[in-house]
Amino acid sequence: MGVAVDSTVKRKKKTEPETDIGRETRLELFRLQTELRLCEKRAYDLFLQNLIKGTSHLSLGQEAIAAAFGVAMRPDDYTFCTYRGHAHTLARGASMAGVLGELMGRECGLLGGKGGSMHLTDVEKGVMGSYAIIGAHLPVAAGAAWSAQYRGTDQVAVCFFGDGTTNIGAFHEALNFSVVWKLPVIFVCENNLYMEYTAIHTVTAVKNPAADRAAAYGLESILVDGNDADEVYRTAVRYMDRARAGGGPALIEAVTYRHSGHSRADPGKYRPEGELERWLERDPIKVYRERLLKLGFNEPTLADVEAESLRKVDEATAIARASPPPALDAIDKDLWADGGTAWRN
Amino acid sequence: MAELTYRDAVAAGIAQEMERDENVVFLGEDVADAGGVFKATVGLLEKFGPRRVRDCPIAEQAILGAAMGAAMTGLKPIAEIMFSDFLAVCWDIVANEMAKMRYMTNGQVTMPVVIRTANGAGSRFGAQHSQSVENWAMAVPGLKVVAPAFPADVKGLIAAAVRDPDPVIVFEQKSLYSMKGEVPDGELVDQLGKARVLRQGKDCTIVALALMVHRALAAAEVLEKEHGISCTVVDVRSLVPLDTQTILSEVAKTGRLVTVEENPRLCGWGAEIASIVADECFWELDGPIIRITTPHIPLPSADRLEDNTIPSVERIVRELREKID
Repeated sequence: MGVAVDSTVKRKKKTEPETDIGRETRLELFRLQTELRLCEKRAYDLFLQNLIKGTSHLSLGQEAIAAAFGVAMRPDDYTFCTYRGHAHTLARGASMAGVLGELMGRECGLLGGKGGSMHLTDVEKGVMGSYAIIGAHLPVAAGAAWSAQYRGTDQVAVCFFGDGTTNIGAFHEALNFSVVWKLPVIFVCENNLYMEYTAIHTVTAVKNPAADRAAAYGLESILVDGNDADEVYRTAVRYMDRARAGGGPALIEAVTYRHSGHSRADPGKYRPEGELERWLERDPIKVYRERLLKLGFNEPTLADVEAESLRKVDEATAIARASPPPALDAIDKDLWADGGTAWRN
Repeated sequence: MAELTYRDAVAAGIAQEMERDENVVFLGEDVADAGGVFKATVGLLEKFGPRRVRDCPIAEQAILGAAMGAAMTGLKPIAEIMFSDFLAVCWDIVANEMAKMRYMTNGQVTMPVVIRTANGAGSRFGAQHSQSVENWAMAVPGLKVVAPAFPADVKGLIAAAVRDPDPVIVFEQKSLYSMKGEVPDGELVDQLGKARVLRQGKDCTIVALALMVHRALAAAEVLEKEHGISCTVVDVRSLVPLDTQTILSEVAKTGRLVTVEENPRLCGWGAEIASIVADECFWELDGPIIRITTPHIPLPSADRLEDNTIPSVERIVRELREKID
């Protein structure tokens, strides 16, 4: 395909929305995107109140991808996220109080305050970790997929990463390895146009950082509008089904846009004037809401979803705020499987 | 009791565990069809088939990443990194990922993974294929580290590593692969974190690891016979967990500690042992602690240079004669 990023994002939407996605699924996609947005905004507010320390990487504007996969995945599938992984973790059903509590360094945190924003993990929900070293989790996801293949469980591993990851060695090692072993792993590149502070096209040999590299590994070039939850959902279902059936890995590039800077420290001033505004018009949740109305969903139904999501975020915030900081004995726990940290007798 | 080479003991240890547990799998470069570049894994492919014994591309991050992902989801992988120097190209997976995962996730993730690797000098391979890097691994919280000196320990410690629920790195000393030794028949499972006293003496306690154990034993013979210096020799075997009780008690008996280390000087494993002994056994010491190590340099390749770089029997004898009354 090799479709250029610009032409993809400007591509005209089909005027008649497709009906292959059921109404319940569509409502769930809307609900999940709304929830992810409100929770991420809440995280930002909590930063401003200095209740969240350290750094944090928000995915405001990129929710359609995490939500679409969250809805499409089976409960026993594996998710691997980056340090920008709040949304992907929540999208698998992890506790919102657990996520906000972890960001706030509270005892109720998903990791008891030992991991922080960049390492959210919820093994029971299939979230096998958030990784803060660029590229590291691609081979790890391949390993989980290998394990699923070996055990014959037809689980799929889905590995999310940013455009910047496509320039690091582990990306290429993991792709080659996964194709050679025909592993049930879906690599999802969220191309938000910037690796940290630098525009991705200025540091990358090809126009579409993931899709244009697919051919090197004998993979189909897949470029989707990452701001269209339906398109991502269809793509997710299609390639996960194929992987489950033994068809091997896929590399999906979903083009999207980060509404905020790279991290807490970054106001995003390097972005050309008007760029953010243009993308805000294509805000995935705004676009999806309009689509649902066109499809005959009532305004009150959608407003209810929004109100309920906000209530959920408020409730999670209250739980996290009320949770104490971790007990100090956590420091000496869980280095080893015996629960302790002893390195000598 | 059968006599096995160190390399055959590797295959025997892996085979024992693969027979016992279907979830044990083995992967690495040239390990299946070729049986390993050191021929330490010959026969495993034939015995267990290509589903469980897998050749990989030259992609160490992929190999260890895959081993880690598999370990997190129910398998017990053994991954080979052909030369321990190559750990540097996948150190992120080892030091940032495998080692930290359980702690960071508040105990959610279990990581029963074994990394085997050929470590150390003696083969004239030059600086990028001969380094002793066991001290790198020792410095990372969350890794267990063993380095066997004898075939029986190779088999038993590999088995113990596979059964351990935490990440374990097994450093095999590559110039020992052809060494023969008695290995007990039947199932053999050793214990991580246990040093072994190989020889008891009165004048000093030499603590050594892997190839250096053999040199320490040979030096102890010479010192006893030719110079009347009687040495205890302790094989550390396991750097993490570290059997400090055995070391402290053997040092207390002789009043002197000598470490013989193949790793370069700075932050070598002996420095940690010296620090522990100084902290906890100071009043039992009759003289300064002696560290005999490879100098703080990359390893040169020519036989004459290599032989004069890593600690030799002659050097151990000379230094002990000079420093022990």
